[in-house]
Amino acid sequence: MFRKLTITILSVFLLSFNAYADSSGDLELKKNQTKEIRDCFEKLNRATFAFNQGLDKAIIKPLAKGYRNLPDPLQKGTRNAVRNLSNLITIPNNVLQGDVRMAIINTGRLVINSTVGILGTIDVANKMGFPNYEMEDYGQTLGAWGIGPGCYIVLPVLGPSSVRDTAGSFINVLGGDPWYNASAHGNNEFLNQNIFIASKVLSGIDFRANNIESIENLEANSIDFYASVKSLYTQDRENKIKNNQRGNIEVLYKNEEDWEEIEDQ
Amino acid sequence: MKTKKIIIILFFLSFLNGQVYSMEPDVFVQSTVNRASQILSKNITKKQKINELKIVAKETVDIKGVGFYSIGSVRKRLNEEQMQKYSELFEAYFLKSFSSRLSEYTNPKIEVQTKEVLNKNYTIVNSILVGTSERPEVKIDWRVYTKNPDNPLIRDLIIEGLSLARTQKEEFASILNSNDGDINSLFRALEKFSEN
Repeated sequence: MFRKLTITILSVFLLSFNAYADSSGDLELKKNQTKEIRDCFEKLNRATFAFNQGLDKAIIKPLAKGYRNLPDPLQKGTRNAVRNLSNLITIPNNVLQGDVRMAIINTGRLVINSTVGILGTIDVANKMGFPNYEMEDYGQTLGAWGIGPGCYIVLPVLGPSSVRDTAGSFINVLGGDPWYNASAHGNNEFLNQNIFIASKVLSGIDFRANNIESIENLEANSIDFYASVKSLYTQDRENKIKNNQRGNIEVLYKNEEDWEEIEDQ
Repeated sequence: MKTKKIIIILFFLSFLNGQVYSMEPDVFVQSTVNRASQILSKNITKKQKINELKIVAKETVDIKGVGFYSIGSVRKRLNEEQMQKYSELFEAYFLKSFSSRLSEYTNPKIEVQTKEVLNKNYTIVNSILVGTSERPEVKIDWRVYTKNPDNPLIRDLIIEGLSLARTQKEEFASILNSNDGDINSLFRALEKFSEN
């Protein structure tokens, strides 16, 4: 209990530090302003990135390629099941962001898919005309509350993140993820921590399998692959926090004047 | 009387000319993707496809403008010679990167949906890459530079909310930051990419 409390306090401290570090005395967090992500640990991040690339080439990519050879219904069923489980994190975050309507919709989606959809393997809710599912997590909620990303971090195995998003992930294991709670501390004969880990590994392999060509293409056409991945991660998180499915010009370009300045050349 | 008729005819002709050459950004995008689609569907080698795509890119993308955007404020401290070198290197890099990215697709079907006029210089055209059994639907938005309505030009592609121009800009900034802002480091990186 004391350990959990320490981690929480440390996370909150780190978050606060990063949110205000660049504010130059202006402590008011402006809700609609996108906060710059800083690469405070670039050397370490690049080393971890290189390690992850090695791991990807040796283990993850071959696994993803093997996964792609599985019959389509099996892949789709796995994808649906892990997405269905993610509702357990999305729903509390819908509530924390004040989107009660979406929390109710996602609860309905979870109930229907877990029962009629056979443990989430079939997305019945989608066929019934439910709105498209948008995942939410604690990092997004912290962002929606106005907390900046802090420093950019590349985590071993897990890949790109930020101080805010890493702290958000800690909330999952500190009680914020009912799936983790039931698996690791549920005291039941059906679930255990290995099942939780297996579901996360499957989710990662499914993602990798769906992006083999696009990642290869990005790597082949980048002059600094590390920087490209960092930029895409940052843009994706900004869009998710603002709930922009197509991207928002103000968020996307940070400074629209950059385009206008070109005219002055 | 005859002079009056000629003036009226000339007036209508000039009006018509204006209508013919001025192109709406969404029509421009659709015609550009149709051209690219035709090339990608052709039964020719990948190298031939890349060469033809480069021609389309040269005609429809404001490569110089994208280059200036990508280098950010650094361009203000470049001398004329460096600027010229950068523009040449960037064009070679851009054409190679752009065409080889596109050449991976076979028979893509892009449908233009709506457009949003940002100001007199820019319009965002929304489109989708129609999904197939092998790939999901992808949202693609085009930032079109419309300062000259007779000759609209593409300045950015925003794929599922991710801007290629911004990614490029941050990539270039990273190279410059890692090399104490030395522009030659970026020149070397661009040269290396184009040579490979």
